[in-house]
Amino acid sequence: MAEEEDKKMIEIYVMGRRYKVPEGLTIMTALEYAGYKYVRSCGCRGGFCGACSTVFRKEGDYKLMMDLACQTAAEDGMFLVQLPFVPAVRAEFEIDELNIEENDNVMLEHYPEIARCVSCNTCTKSCPQDIKVMDYVQASLRGDIDRAAKLSFDCIQCGLCSIRCPADIKHYHLAQLARRIKGRYIDPKSSELEKMVQELKEGKYDEELEKLCDMSEEELKKVYDERKFQKEG
Amino acid sequence: MSDGYPEYMRKSIEKVEATREKRASIDFERMKPEESQETLDNFHPDYRKEGKHELKVGPSKGELAPIELAELLESPSIIDPSEIDLSQVDYDVEILIVGGGGAGTVAALWAIKEGIDPKDILIATKLRHGDSNSMMAQGGIQAADKEVDSPVTHYLDAIGGGHYTNQPDLLKALTRDAPEIIKWHEKLGIMYDRDENGEFVELPGGGTSRYRLHSAGDYTGMELMRVLMDESRNKGVPVLEFAPAVELLTDEKGNVGGALLMNLETNEYYVVRAKSTIMATGGFGRLHVQSYPTSNHYGATADGLIMGYRVGIPLRDMDSVQYHPTGAAFPDQVIGLLVTEKVRSLGGQPVNADGELFVNPLEPRDVEAAAIIRECYGKEKGITTPTGMRGVWLDSPLIDFKEGEGTVAKRLPAMVRQYERFNIDMTKDPILVFPTLHYQNGGLVINADSSTPVDGLFAAGEVSGGVHGKNRLMGNSLLDFNVFGRRAGITAAKHARRSQKPSKLTLDHLSKYNKELKDAGIERKNPSPMLLPEYRGKRVLERHLDVQVTL
Ligand SMILES: Cc1cc2nc3c(=O)[nH]c(=O)nc-3n(C[C@H](O)[C@H](O)[C@H](O)COP(=O)(O)OP(=O)(O)OC[C@H]3O[C@@H](n4cnc5c(N)ncnc54)[C@H](O)[C@@H]3O)c2cc1C
Ligand code: FES
Repeated sequence: MAEEEDKKMIEIYVMGRRYKVPEGLTIMTALEYAGYKYVRSCGCRGGFCGACSTVFRKEGDYKLMMDLACQTAAEDGMFLVQLPFVPAVRAEFEIDELNIEENDNVMLEHYPEIARCVSCNTCTKSCPQDIKVMDYVQASLRGDIDRAAKLSFDCIQCGLCSIRCPADIKHYHLAQLARRIKGRYIDPKSSELEKMVQELKEGKYDEELEKLCDMSEEELKKVYDERKFQKEG
Repeated sequence: MSDGYPEYMRKSIEKVEATREKRASIDFERMKPEESQETLDNFHPDYRKEGKHELKVGPSKGELAPIELAELLESPSIIDPSEIDLSQVDYDVEILIVGGGGAGTVAALWAIKEGIDPKDILIATKLRHGDSNSMMAQGGIQAADKEVDSPVTHYLDAIGGGHYTNQPDLLKALTRDAPEIIKWHEKLGIMYDRDENGEFVELPGGGTSRYRLHSAGDYTGMELMRVLMDESRNKGVPVLEFAPAVELLTDEKGNVGGALLMNLETNEYYVVRAKSTIMATGGFGRLHVQSYPTSNHYGATADGLIMGYRVGIPLRDMDSVQYHPTGAAFPDQVIGLLVTEKVRSLGGQPVNADGELFVNPLEPRDVEAAAIIRECYGKEKGITTPTGMRGVWLDSPLIDFKEGEGTVAKRLPAMVRQYERFNIDMTKDPILVFPTLHYQNGGLVINADSSTPVDGLFAAGEVSGGVHGKNRLMGNSLLDFNVFGRRAGITAAKHARRSQKPSKLTLDHLSKYNKELKDAGIERKNPSPMLLPEYRGKRVLERHLDVQVTL
């Protein structure tokens, strides 16, 4: 979006070709400035969807780095390429039928390849969210689903971990399974919610709601302005 | 210590630090109705008459809409009906869902529960499945499920926040279905924040009188969206990605019978015939109304409004647009990105260049936003960035000061990470914010069962209007896409079961619409829907050759 012509310019290389772009852009907006219109590799533009995985190298460095194009500043001398999609397979399951009480091997059963983890930690190093990926793979292997779910919570499913894994583990799919099991089976359930759902079934609030629906603006204003605010949660 | 701030901004930060202890105990008085009206009138972008255009054609002729939207509505379609062969049906389904975000995915899951075979559903979406505004929501989702709360109070908060313009039956559905939705989420395995007994940890939001906001860290939308997608994959719902709908298709009677899709990579079109079509295309942040930056995802370009309007669905409340009070204003790379309201729910305060608190941190969104704009452009007490953007401080370290060290890091990891990437430590330093274009309050008119005035078409989520009236409260739109996505899925399934396949598909409604445009003497050059916003550099576009290169 930046069009200020008086800005300091930097040089980036997009799939080998050199472009001059102003300083202060992300990799994503720098590519756009250079003339690319994204179809793939661009989703949320805010670090939440994992569509914009980027592999890059900085001038004078030998290391290949990975990050999100929408959340990384473009720097002078960057060599860039985008990875729009990781074609990793995912295990299907029926959430209602995962019996984790009688089966402490659920993770391994769905993703047997985790047993091949060589603990190289490359997955952790390639994660743009700084998640301890290898640790949650190990936790899954031990059957510690709660820990795997917690450790992986910030995963945006970009797939960079799986692309670099020498054991072909599908980390981000594995993590999704762990989190759903935790949410469904491990976390204790809310009794307050249960009570409210029951009350609603019995029609407890229907009359009052109906009354509000029929109120004039004047009447509503009055009740609204008289609301009491809850002080502490 | 973060070093992402230039020296002169640091000086102002020192003033924020100097007043922190004193501010911590201030309960800033909420604005009286007269003052909030005056602030809105003078400073809220929505109250600027020049930003609006009176629609000259279509079912909402005579009503106001933002100029950026009106230009698209009053333009011809990007397709030319005479070039399209509708006799070849590529996908023949019971239910077509346009948009694979929150509402669309929820609709698919509930259509299946209602008895539709997953294989008879098609989700057609513009980017990847899940690339959507839903994925980006941080703060949380409202549902009244505590002893001190009830759907009645929820209703009242929302209708007051919406300036009494909400459609009552929709709002009743929203607040009444909410607890059941959370219950469904429990079953799907969504990881909400809970205490050791399993009760939800709930926070207040702007304009809510109760602690009612359920969250999953500050990745609430992502947690919802990734679970919904995962479930949709388990069920085997077919999804066509990078294949947006470009127009709806109608039968001889003008009822909707499917849509025309476009493969964004090959530019070929696909004809979809469907007994029921659900519009779930989300919002319009990428129109950058009044040149504001936006928090929305790349595909939020109002396509559903355009397509729906052309088949005859009226729009409502389009004259009101939601600007989130706190978008990022610094550094340049993150301008417009959302700084979740949760920062204020947790105790963060907006503070001016001199370190003064100037507004209650939890006013309704429009008032809060107007107050921040007033501070920057009315009272000249904002902070100007090196590239000329103005903003006020959001004192995030105050949260740790009040709640104990580590609270920010624990409760707002996504935010902390976003700033860390640019060398700013928001647990130690405040962050600079200014309102950002956030939410489309209005939209396509719907009934409480998510049906629209045109047979065969259903709509849910941000693309629809009425639920929130002219101002949505935080946490009510994640709820909206669940409540009405579910209703749309169920109603569309029932409709499909009792309907015949449309015998003939046409684009007659386009010819009719084009004629209306012509009769009104309108000649615009913004063919729509827009599909993707244009961000390429000016220089490149000036030298752009419109040539097809043959492979
Ligand atoms: C940064 C951010 C933070 C938010 N935080 C909160 C919060 O804390 N609480 C809350 O309640 N709400 C929040 N919201 C609002 C809420 O997330 C959205 O309003 C809601 O998720 C919209 O859901 P939806 O299904 O209607 O639209 P979306 O989830 O956006 O889905 C629409 C989908 O349709 C696709 N699409 C668009 N055009 C076409 C086309 N022509 N053909 C096919 N597909 C198309 C889009 O690409 C997208 O995938 C936030 C929004 C944003 C942007
Ligand atoms: S575009 Fe979504 S993470 Fe970058």
